[in-house]
Amino acid sequence: MSDALIRLEQVTVTLAGQRVLDNIQLSVRAGEIVTLIGPNGAGKTTLVRAVLGLLKPDAGSVWRKPKLRIGYMPQKLHVDPTLPLSVLRFLRLVPGVDRAAAMAALAEVGAEKVIDSPVQGISGGEMQRVLLARALLRKPELLVLDEPVQGVDVAGQAELYSLITRLRDRYHCGVLMVSHDLHLVMSTTDQVVCLNRHVCCSGHPEQVSHDPAFVELFGNHAPSLAIYHHHHDHAHDLHGAVVDDATPATAQTPTHVHGDGCKHG
Amino acid sequence: MADFLLYALLAGLALAVVAGPLGSFVVWRRMAYFGDTLSHAALLGVALGFLLDISPALAVTVGCLLLAILLVTLQQRQPLASDTLLGILAPSTLSLGLVVLSFMHDVRIDLMGYLFGDLLAIGTADLAWILGGSAAVLVLIIVLWRPLLAITVHEELARVEGLPVATLRMTLMLLIAVVIAVAMKIVGVLLITSLLIIPAAAAQRHARSPEQMAFGASVLGIVAVCLGLAMSWFKDTPAGPSIVVAAAALFLLSFLLPKR
Repeated sequence: MSDALIRLEQVTVTLAGQRVLDNIQLSVRAGEIVTLIGPNGAGKTTLVRAVLGLLKPDAGSVWRKPKLRIGYMPQKLHVDPTLPLSVLRFLRLVPGVDRAAAMAALAEVGAEKVIDSPVQGISGGEMQRVLLARALLRKPELLVLDEPVQGVDVAGQAELYSLITRLRDRYHCGVLMVSHDLHLVMSTTDQVVCLNRHVCCSGHPEQVSHDPAFVELFGNHAPSLAIYHHHHDHAHDLHGAVVDDATPATAQTPTHVHGDGCKHG
Repeated sequence: MADFLLYALLAGLALAVVAGPLGSFVVWRRMAYFGDTLSHAALLGVALGFLLDISPALAVTVGCLLLAILLVTLQQRQPLASDTLLGILAPSTLSLGLVVLSFMHDVRIDLMGYLFGDLLAIGTADLAWILGGSAAVLVLIIVLWRPLLAITVHEELARVEGLPVATLRMTLMLLIAVVIAVAMKIVGVLLITSLLIIPAAAAQRHARSPEQMAFGASVLGIVAVCLGLAMSWFKDTPAGPSIVVAAAALFLLSFLLPKR
């Protein structure tokens, strides 16, 4: 793991008395796409904020490569309608960017035609591309994308994911992204981390999709159900908290082994 | 031209120039009510200035700065919404200022002058303070223009990109506090925010970039000051309110021009 860009160890975050993240391990290496998936309220955005340093964990450590350049793409951008801001001016908020550099970045994400449009007047899909262009202008070693395809139609989503993969190949940057959509993510990601306040399971997409914890979280959406079964040591209640299984006597033996990459305890 | 009129003109123009860019931030960041609260508190600063026997200008500046810091702290520490908080602080500080002043029988102050401005009574010392304060604020705004714009567009993005967001936000509030202290003599505590907001709002409809809006607001502010002073000179109207009336008229006019 010498080429890790970020490494989180035993990170725990409590917000308003609620434990939102519990004992999280996560690392992203250069050239690797790591996708966080999980239901609403699973703590995906909180984890991203901890990675970005916007939030200090209550316990555990967040290590970033010294002087790591992060390109961050927020979920959405709301600019007050009274602020006259063109896409070009928005991109030029990054120091040292001129029109040519901005145009090159927009061309890379396929949004060069909006360069002179006001940011309040472009579509959701165009805005996602503009935000991605702004992240690229920082020449990032790590791209952090919080639901990059939000508000984009299905065809556009697949296109955006393949764009992200191409950008990773071109710049050899690490990518950490949050997603809801399992099918699209499966084909474009190197590692999936299934989150529900703790890391339920993680690993290569095929492994994770077979993991009982994954199947339990996503039910019918899991691409292939129950290729293999092992006894799972906990279940989730409606709020996502871990509750003891019905058969604790066998399940709670500390020696039980999960599939590859399972990290919960 | 009479000296006092020249002083009034210079003071008004200095304020108009700096109010353009600063007022634009107040409009973009929806801080109008924040500015209003600071200006109401300015009267408390005046009262304390007399009580402690220090210059009112200094007392008002320090008072506004302290209130800005108090506001930021309160916003972070308790659940009441910002507008509720401001709605409590604005009238409370204004009333406290009036009450404190009423206890000081030996001090005769022109309350109307503080509430609505006394532009034509500006002396050399006042003018130096107004010009110096405006120049300092203008320089800081120009130096910090891009970072301030970046945090206005998206605070978290700015923070990830390495900007000291909390410091910048506080700096902007302190700049507003200084301008309010500077402007009090010109248009009075009750009218200060109008001079920040009205020119910026009037320039907004026809601006294509943040810089155009800030510059346009300064120009409109200058026109409003000239018109207001002329009205005051020829028709003997109160100077501060005349400037605000002129600014409001320009705002209405901006709707007549075709947009962009």
